[in-house]
Amino acid sequence: MTAGAQAAVTLQGVNTSFGSNHVLRDISLTVAQGERVVICGPSGSGKSTMIRCINGLERYQSGHITVDGIALTRDATSLKRIRRDVGMVFQSFNLFPHLTVLENCVLAPMSVRGMKRAEAKALAMDYLGRVKIPEQARKYPNQLSGGQQQRVAIARALCMQPRVMLFDEPTSALDPEMVREVLDTMVELAGSGMTMLCVTHEMGFARQVADRVIFMDGGEIVEQGAPDTLFAAPKTERLQRFLAQILRSH
Amino acid sequence: MMGGYGGQFLAGILLTLEISVCSYLIGLIFGVLGAAAKLAPWRVLRVLGNLYTIIVRALPELLLLLIAFYVLAGALSGLAASVGLVKSDFSFSPFLVAVIALGFIQGAYVTEILRAGVLALPRGQSDAALALGLSFPVRWGRVLGPQVLRHALPALGNVWLNATKDSSLISIVGAFADVLKVSSLAAAATKQYILFYALAALCFLLISVVSMWILNALHIRSRRGLHIA
Repeated sequence: MTAGAQAAVTLQGVNTSFGSNHVLRDISLTVAQGERVVICGPSGSGKSTMIRCINGLERYQSGHITVDGIALTRDATSLKRIRRDVGMVFQSFNLFPHLTVLENCVLAPMSVRGMKRAEAKALAMDYLGRVKIPEQARKYPNQLSGGQQQRVAIARALCMQPRVMLFDEPTSALDPEMVREVLDTMVELAGSGMTMLCVTHEMGFARQVADRVIFMDGGEIVEQGAPDTLFAAPKTERLQRFLAQILRSH
Repeated sequence: MMGGYGGQFLAGILLTLEISVCSYLIGLIFGVLGAAAKLAPWRVLRVLGNLYTIIVRALPELLLLLIAFYVLAGALSGLAASVGLVKSDFSFSPFLVAVIALGFIQGAYVTEILRAGVLALPRGQSDAALALGLSFPVRWGRVLGPQVLRHALPALGNVWLNATKDSSLISIVGAFADVLKVSSLAAAATKQYILFYALAALCFLLISVVSMWILNALHIRSRRGLHIA
């Protein structure tokens, strides 16, 4: 199989439960290289759990996940290889508060990829430039605004030069006036051909960049399709209800 | 005025510091092991960890020291001799036994402090470190450990201050001339109780003040990045 034809991420029949709570029910999903997928759904629908399964932050009880042709197993080597190639951005940024912005960015490239400091630093400054905050490199995360912190978090993930990026509600914890700057950064990233899976309720973002929108509810993929078709003509009652709520709150 | 006891006091301070530092370092090791056990996913380890902190924190330190010295050390050296590891007249160095026993006691307190520090870490820190693919040593050495320490430092400082005071218990189990022992010997010999006990108090005060000064500096350093612009 050539690299172009190989799927970036596949999930086959993935099931997860926490105790008696069945969080993911038989999820199957194939994401192509370079595809941009937006995942939406009410809270508790399993969307975060699903993307957290992809880099092994959450365990699943049955099913198969492969990333870039590597099967995700409990085996430490497969986890290690997959995490090298999958970047993740979290709702609450999760920058390391005791390290400067630059140290946050060079830590993984140096310790995981074995990069020399000078090389890692140059790479970090390049990505900090792309997210438009190179002048903050020497500051600590708490000295930055939420939007700036999230852009650092994106730069930090990109410094590992991942093949897939996961976003778990990246703008949900931000003040409204900072949402735009983070979304702009993500739009730019989408333009670079990065494979992206993004859990978000930003429907404008979904329309602008998503190749496909996935609607989840009750641990299942209920409906999926191109954003325009899906938003314009939702087939299921559950999606209609969800869209009505989203529109009302925006 | 010191009646020639100045040199002995100086040696006493050094011995007190030596006992304190050694027992404290051992306490930190026991504390890391204890906290790891109490946070382990395996029930057996959690039970062991709980027994450790419950028993050690319940019993008087003096009693634990006496048990270590007269029961455990004797039994261990007897066992070692019976299997031919050591000669039959072997006995552990009293300094070693006392320092390990004191460290074991402090370790129970350190265990609770570190455990609380780990539990106080936001889950996202560990998530982010895992998602970046950081290995176990890097995760704990560079990301989680420093944040646990930042949280635990004031309480660990208290344990250190207690370690300097508990060090005087060592004179129960051997002929050790630590600060307190020197002062009581000098006081008894010269009948100058006020002078020599005041001097002992001054020595401990000096150790404590210098310690606090160092701890403060460490604390300020550990809080870098915490302030908001």
